[in-house]
Amino acid sequence: MSDPLHIAGKTYQSRLLIGTGKYKDFEETRQAVEASGAEIVTVAVRRTNLGQEPGEPNLLDFVTPDKYTILPNTAGCFNAEDAVRTCKLARELLDGHKLVKLEVLGDQKTLYPNIAHTVRAAQQLVDDGFDVMVYTNDDPIVARELEDMGCVSVMPLGSLIGSGLGVLNPHNILLIMEEAKVPIIVDAGVGTPSDATLAMELGCDGILMNSAIAHARNPVLMASAMKKAIEAGREGLLAGRMPKRAFANPSSPSEGLVS
Amino acid sequence: MTSLTVNGDPMTLEGTTVADLVAQLQLQGRRLAVEVNRDIVPKSEHDQHRLNDGDVVEIVHAIGGG
Repeated sequence: MSDPLHIAGKTYQSRLLIGTGKYKDFEETRQAVEASGAEIVTVAVRRTNLGQEPGEPNLLDFVTPDKYTILPNTAGCFNAEDAVRTCKLARELLDGHKLVKLEVLGDQKTLYPNIAHTVRAAQQLVDDGFDVMVYTNDDPIVARELEDMGCVSVMPLGSLIGSGLGVLNPHNILLIMEEAKVPIIVDAGVGTPSDATLAMELGCDGILMNSAIAHARNPVLMASAMKKAIEAGREGLLAGRMPKRAFANPSSPSEGLVS
Repeated sequence: MTSLTVNGDPMTLEGTTVADLVAQLQLQGRRLAVEVNRDIVPKSEHDQHRLNDGDVVEIVHAIGGG
């Protein structure tokens, strides 16, 4: 069944977007990305280690821009200025690539988005020609504002980054999706395959996760599990669930019983 | 000789351009982005862009993150 996800003019078969942080090494990262089936892979931008040996391995040699859509993020930025600066560096790093994941964080304890700075940075980036996928809280009014200003995808949190608590307020995610015309990607909070399935059954367009895979005992196996969980949730949504009933309803016919 | 701050640390550049700095750091051919005094210097300009005493340079690359 063809049921692609469209973001910024590109078509993706996978609805799982994954992060590349916290893996044991680049080889494990590569294997997990492969097993997840993800086509959009997010990376951070940081100072290059100046003492390195020539030929030291680089993440983008393992997760290559010719095979994956690389989604540079502004993780670690706590104000709009740093986030915009990071996106500009990322665009130079990736040869003019316009798709970015904007996140402007409020504090270290919660990593909750700072909405005032997020909105300001999003506006500057949209004005500068970036395709902005934006991490935000699960406030439907904020999500609408971000969509209206031209963000290509709105990415509400399910719960706090790295918490693995799942989607704590599914009603708000539903409110956001009811109005949205851009893809809604749940970003952050998913801990288990069942969390991912539930989020997809709610009708969100995709899920972005990192810790749920990287912090599993076997990250590569979890990547494969998440791929299936997201496909299951999506197909379940499209198939349409059975009605709930208060009482039993037998699956076998009641006629023709031996007596 | 040019005195610079590169990624927060003092450094003496033996050449004159951004390309010379990248070579001195043995980072040629790597996927990176360079900012001088908060302005991006595109790759196509690395061998023309001259660095001056006191310039603050940032050199970044992609790493794992979520």
